Amino acid sequence: MLQLEYVKATYGEGTVLHNVSLEAREGMVTCLVGRNGAGKTTTLRAIMGLIDTPSGEIYLDGESIIHRPTYDRAKAGIGYVPQGREIFPQLTVKENLLLGMEANRKVKEIPEELFEIFPILKEFLDRKGGDLSGGQQQQLAIARAIISQPKVLVLDEPTEGIQPSIIQEIGQVITRLKSKMAVLIVEQYLEFVMEIADYCYVLENGRIIMKGEPENLDQEKLQATMSL
Amino acid sequence: METFIMQIFNGISVSSIYLLASLGLAITFGLMGVINMAHGEFIMIGAYTAYVVQNLFRAYLPAGVFDAYVFVAIVASFFTAALFGAVLERLMICRLYGRTEDSLLVTWGVSLVLQQLARSIFGAPNVGVDSPSFLAGNLRITSTLALPYKRIFILFIALICLGGVYALMYKSRQGRNIRAVMQNRNMAASLGVNTRRIDSVTFAMGSGLAGLAGCTLTWIGPIGPTLGTNYIVDTFMTVVVGGAGSILGTVLGSGFIGIGGTAFEFFTNASVGKVLIFACIILLLQFRPKGIFAVRNRALED
Repeated sequence: MLQLEYVKATYGEGTVLHNVSLEAREGMVTCLVGRNGAGKTTTLRAIMGLIDTPSGEIYLDGESIIHRPTYDRAKAGIGYVPQGREIFPQLTVKENLLLGMEANRKVKEIPEELFEIFPILKEFLDRKGGDLSGGQQQQLAIARAIISQPKVLVLDEPTEGIQPSIIQEIGQVITRLKSKMAVLIVEQYLEFVMEIADYCYVLENGRIIMKGEPENLDQEKLQATMSL
Repeated sequence: METFIMQIFNGISVSSIYLLASLGLAITFGLMGVINMAHGEFIMIGAYTAYVVQNLFRAYLPAGVFDAYVFVAIVASFFTAALFGAVLERLMICRLYGRTEDSLLVTWGVSLVLQQLARSIFGAPNVGVDSPSFLAGNLRITSTLALPYKRIFILFIALICLGGVYALMYKSRQGRNIRAVMQNRNMAASLGVNTRRIDSVTFAMGSGLAGLAGCTLTWIGPIGPTLGTNYIVDTFMTVVVGGAGSILGTVLGSGFIGIGGTAFEFFTNASVGKVLIFACIILLLQFRPKGIFAVRNRALED
């Protein structure tokens, strides 16, 4: 579904990703783990076109999207939940959701199904996004990304700063979503990864150093990579 | 009592002109964060457009329909200034987002170029636009109290523009996208909003509103190449006092400067009045550095 081939990414002069290749398949939750500064978020930003990618290829459904602008990639079917959620604080919950529909103009109204997944959002439709708690914002960010029925859902640290009960809920939602789309998650919280991932990539210093099903990964080496 | 009402009306009238002139700036400066020193020149472009439309009507159409030039001029001045704005955005401003000081210098240069352009085309002396006959005369309230129709008409236009901008920004899909881009450009793009197009449209709209303001200014005074410079400081003040990015703030800002300014002028004289109103602004900004309606939220950034 979503494929990265030898992607290099740079911030100005510094190269952050060196030839990263990975794949996120439909019906699977693919996790990208690694220590702080390994380049996880950068990988996702490269997928969205928010950072320079001087070489490599990114395919969505076999079609190269690496030269397309960010908004075009969203329209092509990538739903993005960034680190820190990035809800529009001055816009209401409803407006945030309506903005999510910009990527797919065929969706005319907010599907009722979305409120079944996230009942809290229906209650808060007219509140400002910035007034929600962190966990609520995370739910809104996911809802906003999936409202356009993307082919690939990309999440950056969905558990960051969120209480355990909500983490569980989010885990269930993600597992439920993978039947409809490919899911790619960047995560530091290993326990959560082991629970939901179908396939894992381990990133260190901008390179993939390990990959495989979570149960087949060398646990000791993984622990060593993740801890300082 | 009558002088009091007259003063209030004058204040509101001046406010309405500031409001028209600064609505566009509230969009380009307040929302987009571009310090557009050429905003005043868009006012001038609008004014000269009205002048040209008037001359065309006089030259080619029978005298009976001359008054109709007003409506053509209003539309034409909006679109001419918007066109100039769109070109400026495409050629220069789009490379300057996030570079405030650079945008200040570049747009100041543009404003000088536009002034000289006007001087070359229309000549340095001021030109006049005849206001249509239906705007001549006054609305008599009592024997000594009369409100000029022109001022009422301008107030009316300002209110329509205000309503239009409000509806566009807060009730339409386009406005929602504009606000999203202004709050978080990357995130809006990541959701599929074409940010480049939003930038162009927004900047053109802000410029067009300046042009419209220029058109209305032709009925209350002569116009010249430096028309814009007379207004640029006041319009920036209006936006800063109101709180950048807030339309309601712009309304209050223009009310503050318009009514406050005329009141001070009434009690003192023109230059002392100006000094006093700016002193008030400085005082206000001491306590509310981000303006009357600063945008606040739960997030800690900014």
